Amino acid sequence: MLKQCFKFAILLIVIACFFVITLPAGASTEPLAAAPVVPQSLMPWWGWPLLLFVVTFVMGIVAVLGGVGGGVLFVPIIGGFFPFHIDFVRGAGLLVALAGALAAGPGLLKKGMADLRLAVPVALIASSCAIVGAMIGLALPAKVVNIALGGTILGIVAIMLMAKKSEYPDVPKPDNLSSALRISGVYYEPSLGENINWQIHRTPQGLATFIIIGVMAGMFGLGAGWANVPVLNLMMGAPLKVSVATSKFLLSITDTSAAWIYVNNGAVLPMMVVPSIIGIMLGSIVGVKILAKTKPAAIRYMVIGLLLFAGLRALLKGLGIWN
Amino acid sequence: MSDKLKATEEQLAYARLLDKGMKLGLLMLVISFAIYVFGIFTPHVPVSDLPAYWSMPVKDYLKATDIHTGWSWLHMVGKGDFLNFVGIAFLSAVTIFCYIRIIPILFRKKDSVYGILAIIEVLVLVLAASGILKSGGH
Repeated sequence: MLKQCFKFAILLIVIACFFVITLPAGASTEPLAAAPVVPQSLMPWWGWPLLLFVVTFVMGIVAVLGGVGGGVLFVPIIGGFFPFHIDFVRGAGLLVALAGALAAGPGLLKKGMADLRLAVPVALIASSCAIVGAMIGLALPAKVVNIALGGTILGIVAIMLMAKKSEYPDVPKPDNLSSALRISGVYYEPSLGENINWQIHRTPQGLATFIIIGVMAGMFGLGAGWANVPVLNLMMGAPLKVSVATSKFLLSITDTSAAWIYVNNGAVLPMMVVPSIIGIMLGSIVGVKILAKTKPAAIRYMVIGLLLFAGLRALLKGLGIWN
Repeated sequence: MSDKLKATEEQLAYARLLDKGMKLGLLMLVISFAIYVFGIFTPHVPVSDLPAYWSMPVKDYLKATDIHTGWSWLHMVGKGDFLNFVGIAFLSAVTIFCYIRIIPILFRKKDSVYGILAIIEVLVLVLAASGILKSGGH
C-alpha cells in the first residue's frame, strides 16, 4: 500500500516536472501574435457544434462504462481533433466536469457516500491551487499547453494501468491532523449488509498532494478524478467507494474556482459549452443504464487506448510534429 | 440500517441546496441556449462567424470581437450569446451558495474549525468569481 502511494506520488511529481521543464522551450516557439484564422473546413457553422454534441454523448457513455470522468476524455479528444483553440476547450472541459459533479453531488452526499468533512479541507487546498493553475494555463502559449497536456495524459494512462485500488484500506491509527479535524465516518455497504467504519491517515501528505492536483486541474481543465481517487484511497486510506464519491463531489468545488477564471478571462464559448454539457450528461444517463445490465471490462482498456492516442496527439501537436 | 442516517445535518443541507441549484442552473442553460440558437435575441458574434473565431487564442478572440473580460458580459446580457452566461455563472456560483448555507449550521454545532474553513472557501471562490484575477494572456 505504502509502495503504491510512493509510486503514485513520484508519478505525479514526474508529470509536474515534465511540464515545468517544457515551459521555456515551448514559450520561445509561440508566434508573437496570432493572425485571424480563416477556417478551411467546408462544414457549415452548425456542423461542429452538432458533431460536438454527438461525440460528447458517446463520450458520456464511454466515461461511465470506463469508470473515468468526462473531463479527462473531453479536453484531449476535443482539443486534439476539433478546430477549437485549446483555451476554449479547457474552459468547456471545466464546465463539463463541473456540471457532471454538480449533478452527481446531491445523491452522493445524501447517501453519505461522499463525505463533507473529508472534502472541506481537501477542497480548500485544491480549489485555491486550481485558481493558480487556471491563471498559469491561460497565460501559457498553446504549444506549451499541448505539450504539457500530452505529457499529463500519458501520465494518467500510466496511473490507470499501475495504480491498484483497495476496497477497505487498513488504517490502524488515524493521524493527528485527521483526528483533530474529526475526519472519519460510517457508511452502509449493501453488498456486505453492514456498516463500514472508516478513518484516514497520512492527512498532511495527502493535502500536500492536492496542491499539485489542484494546479493541474485548473491548468488543463481535465477534472481530477484520476488523481483524487488514488490519493484519497491509497494514500489517505479512505474506502474506495467513499474515495470515488468524495472525489466526484470535490470536483464540484475545485472546478468552480477554475471555471470562474476561465469565464472571467473570456475563455468560454456557449456554442461549445452547452452542446457538450447536454451531450455528456445524456450520454452518462444512457451509460448508467447500460452499466446496470453489463460491465464490459474491455471498455476500460478502450478508454486507456483512447487516452493514449489523444495524449500522443496533444504532445505531437504541441511539438509541431502532427498539426 | 438505512444509509440515509449517516449523512450529517450540514451535509444534507448542502445536498438539498446543491440539488435545487444544479437543476435550476441547467434549466437556465438549456433555455438560454435555445434562445441563442433560434436567434430570438441577436447574438453579439453572429453564429455563422464563429468558425472564424473559435480557433483563435482567447486573447485574439476578445480583441477581434471587442469583448471585455470579467463581469462585462452583464452589460451584454440582451445578446443571445451572452444570455447563456447567466446559466453558466449561476452553475458556477451554486457551490458558493451551498457553502454559505452550511456556515451557520457548523457554528451552531460549535464546529468552529469547519465553520472557519467554510468561510475561507467562500472567500476563495468569491475571489475567483470577482474577476479581479486576470491572466496575463499569451
